[in-house]
Amino acid sequence: MSHVPHPRPCGDFRTTYSDDTSLFRTKVEGYAVYLGIFALLFAPLVFNDFYISQMILIGIYAIAALGLNVLVGFTGQISLGHSAFFGFGAFASAWLNNTTGIPVFICIPLAGLMTTAIGMIFGIPAARLKGLYLAIATLASQFILQDFFSRADWFSGGAYGSAAEVVNFLGIDLDTDQKYFYLVLFWVVVSFLAVSNLRRSRDGRALVAVRDHYLSAEIMGINLTRYRIMSFGVSSFFAGLGGALYAHYLQYVSVEGFTILLSIQFLAMIIIGGLGSVSGSLLGAIFILLLPQFMEEIASSAAVVFEGIEQSKAYIKEMSVGAVIILFLIFEPEGLIHRWRLIRASWKLYPFSH
Amino acid sequence: MQILARKNSWLGGVKMNWDLLFQLMINGIIVGLLYGVVAMCFVLIYKSTQVVNFAQGEFLVLGAWVCWFFVMKWQLPFVLAFLFAMAFMTVFGILVQMVILRPLIGEPIISVIMVTIGLSIFMQALMNWVFGNSAERFPSVFGDETISIGGLQVETAYLMSLVLSLVVMGLFYYFFKFSRYGLAMRATAYNQQVAQSLGISVKQVFAMAWAISALVSCIAGVVLGLVNAVSNSLAIIGIKVFPAVIVGGLDSIVGAVIGGVIIGLLENLAEFFDGQFLHIGNMYTVAPFYVLIIILMIRPYGLFGTKDIERI
Repeated sequence: MSHVPHPRPCGDFRTTYSDDTSLFRTKVEGYAVYLGIFALLFAPLVFNDFYISQMILIGIYAIAALGLNVLVGFTGQISLGHSAFFGFGAFASAWLNNTTGIPVFICIPLAGLMTTAIGMIFGIPAARLKGLYLAIATLASQFILQDFFSRADWFSGGAYGSAAEVVNFLGIDLDTDQKYFYLVLFWVVVSFLAVSNLRRSRDGRALVAVRDHYLSAEIMGINLTRYRIMSFGVSSFFAGLGGALYAHYLQYVSVEGFTILLSIQFLAMIIIGGLGSVSGSLLGAIFILLLPQFMEEIASSAAVVFEGIEQSKAYIKEMSVGAVIILFLIFEPEGLIHRWRLIRASWKLYPFSH
Repeated sequence: MQILARKNSWLGGVKMNWDLLFQLMINGIIVGLLYGVVAMCFVLIYKSTQVVNFAQGEFLVLGAWVCWFFVMKWQLPFVLAFLFAMAFMTVFGILVQMVILRPLIGEPIISVIMVTIGLSIFMQALMNWVFGNSAERFPSVFGDETISIGGLQVETAYLMSLVLSLVVMGLFYYFFKFSRYGLAMRATAYNQQVAQSLGISVKQVFAMAWAISALVSCIAGVVLGLVNAVSNSLAIIGIKVFPAVIVGGLDSIVGAVIGGVIIGLLENLAEFFDGQFLHIGNMYTVAPFYVLIIILMIRPYGLFGTKDIERI
């Protein structure tokens, strides 16, 4: 068998149920992930501030996108109000810390839990709705929450926004990007592990069953209302967690950041990454965050030829987001992760990839 | 639409609360009928192609900008410019359907929703780029005279918008009730396969639905542009239409009109009660969304929508 290019199985050779629900499909995949996380531990020593700040933002958005993926990808519900929950987490963490003095380190997951409660409240009408009606109901929750942020001075500081303290962990202030990176990395690993495990559990399979055919799922004894509200709760938890991390990263929260545009960007992340794919959420977050930078480069080089482009960079960046969503849906509806699977398949089956 | 409401409330010689209330009600009906027209476009697309058009507001603004462009830059007479803009938007609607939505037929609903959202972001940015982000006025077409109705002064432009809304609604009624194409569209909306077996080209019907919707959006956009001014913020009406559509039920054209009027009235009443008694502020924009959530809790398919029965 010396001609086999890669010592990996070329199909599904799982013989037990526990194999089927294992965390990593192959040992190599597992090692690659561990190695990747280990390598990231040294990232702050290697990369400069700009790259680290980009990685922090990618991590934060990936957590929120992961939450949305539980709702949209696993359960098949649509949410156009994710950024409102993201914002709620941000305000909640700052508010908890400012009013009660609970250490920020603990406030961050607590803010996630508060957002879970809010998400479940908005999830109640959603439990009866699906498809388009649900999309519009979540759109309404986006506007209602946004209005609440701008009005509730006691909670969000109203139009002035509110200050979020620096995270202090065991006496160390996480005040530089390098230090904050580790906090974000920790939560990214925890969140991705949690969602991967959720998917392997009974609850996760129930969510997927609701997505695939909700009537059949109900007949098989899955409580639709419970699981729909639960998936709203889980999704809001990660949104809130991401939001809290975002707040303490910027050390300031204001209302303007959490508009419908951000909700759409979260949706774009999971569609581009791959609906229902855990690692797809990360890929999508990377893609959407790097896209403006990439467009900036292109616009700058185009500006050498066409002078007018220089002033309209902002519009080009905005347009690129819309264009990317449309193009992905038409040409690659299953997302980047699908492309990756195709590449891997052709590489495994080489030279008989067709 | 906020601008319209504010502007109108100066005109009515506010002395007593009842005057203001009455003025706001009239205002609500006029605005509501415009919502109704846009909601009709929305329902038309949804009913015949099962696509939710989140870019409806952008269609409207694009129509207004194109008309403005013809009037101001090419110096065409207004009527001609209006006709050109309508023709442009018709072609635009067909193109959008063919290029963007046809590949997505049969895809899950989230893809269809997202593609129109993507379209809306794209168009918004493009219009910001091409037409700038300031508000531009049309040269005065109807003049600034006011007409007195029951002691209230109403500007001619508002009356024209009222008349145009009613005319468009009448044309819709005629089209779907009596014309051959309208009947073909209704048949397709009822059952695509049966319609196809009767010799109706479903492709053409889809394209036509988008064309009509874009055309009517263009009319609504130009009317709004005449009453206020053309600016990209008018696209917000595309979002405001959702409560109207949900109140009426997604697949009922009559419901869309009624929903539009209800939401128009509701906005103004919310503003009235808020301004007089509650003083919460910003109820004008948010009240429709609260109502939306409540209606969805009670009747998940809207007030006039059909409840679909699903079988395995």
